[in-house]
Amino acid sequence: MIKEIIKYGFMYILLVFIQVLILNNIQLSGFINPFLYVLFILLLPFQTPTYLLMILGFMMGMTIDIFSNTPGIHSSATVFMAFMRPHVISLLSGRDSQDIGISPRIKGLGFAWFLKYTVILVLCHHIFLFYIEVFTFTGAFYTLLRCLLSSVFSIILVIISQYIIFKN
Amino acid sequence: MRNLLRFLLRYHSFFVFLVLEIISLILIFSYNNYQRVNFFNSGNNIIGSIYEFNNSMDNYFHLKRINDELASQNSVLHNMLQERIIERTETHRQTDSLTGKTFVYTSALVINNSVNKQYNYLTLNKGYIHGIKPDMGIVCPDGVVGVINHVSKYYSTGISLLNKRLFISAKIKRNGIYGSLVWEGTNYRKAILREIPIHIPVTVGDTIETSGYSTIFPEGIMVGTVHSFDILNGSNYYTIDVDLSTNFKAISYVDIIRNINQTEIRQLEKKNEND
Repeated sequence: MIKEIIKYGFMYILLVFIQVLILNNIQLSGFINPFLYVLFILLLPFQTPTYLLMILGFMMGMTIDIFSNTPGIHSSATVFMAFMRPHVISLLSGRDSQDIGISPRIKGLGFAWFLKYTVILVLCHHIFLFYIEVFTFTGAFYTLLRCLLSSVFSIILVIISQYIIFKN
Repeated sequence: MRNLLRFLLRYHSFFVFLVLEIISLILIFSYNNYQRVNFFNSGNNIIGSIYEFNNSMDNYFHLKRINDELASQNSVLHNMLQERIIERTETHRQTDSLTGKTFVYTSALVINNSVNKQYNYLTLNKGYIHGIKPDMGIVCPDGVVGVINHVSKYYSTGISLLNKRLFISAKIKRNGIYGSLVWEGTNYRKAILREIPIHIPVTVGDTIETSGYSTIFPEGIMVGTVHSFDILNGSNYYTIDVDLSTNFKAISYVDIIRNINQTEIRQLEKKNEND
């Protein structure tokens, strides 16, 4: 238990640093900005209660918000994503989600399952985030385009990270 | 009441979700609020220091290039300044007696240096193909460093001020009284100024600078400040402890000063030697 907390604590700090020091400075062609920090919520163990998921999501979003001077925007999107997570898991694997391992990883669940899981949740997060950010439906398709392109990059990063650092 | 609690418990995740989202939305909407911004700015002090650290790490990789640029720019500016002074003094030749002394600065990198011996020397990466000759002064932005003594094709060595053989003509800036400065061989931040007569008032903190009586250094280059002074029994002169302004452990880029008229002045002064 303690080991898990320390592991996820390290992951939290590492993801915040990766996000604010590296990824927030990457803005390919002006509007593709990947958000890898959602990986923290994606990788939490299955047993994590929903309220804890959301509180952790709020903390994570808030940290990113403070770093990028946008209070509330990332936190609301991350809370939304954390709220959706149990629903997505039960949608993808039925009622008996506990049988498929301790926490969501490519290694235990297979590439297809993890990709579906990642795509749905990253899209939830990014769509919420981008529309909250612009807070208008004028130019909704342009916002959607930005959102989809950023999502593609975030998903690629999440998948790559599964093979490089956050294997367990 | 019990039903309400049961209801809240049953849908607790949804209510947590609602509460957190409402907090987020309040934050978003009140972002323009002055106090709110202030609150986040105080948090930014910590974040700012992290960013600053990141930035300083980033800058570190460009330091060498920036140093080279600055050093060469510095010598160009020094040269321009000298030209300006010549222009000014030449138009006021009658009133200004300080004409004819012109100094050319060449920047150089210290490639070897010591502070822990009795006779310290430094090595610079400029030689005679760059116009360096013995008896040129070496200064850094903080103050005097030493004097060139040997020159090869690409390198030169200099006697550091931290060398008991080097005497520098230095004066007290406030009243212009000059004496000779020499290193005692112990502390690399301290030197001794001698030959200041005891009837001259000296105060702690007085600035010591080069006198300009030698042909090596121009007048007014910083040497250090008076740390303490005392009079030895039966002596007519102060022994003044000087805090050197140059940190000899940290010098990297220096300027070599060439006095264009050095040979002319020396030849002229040689005529007096036989008297």
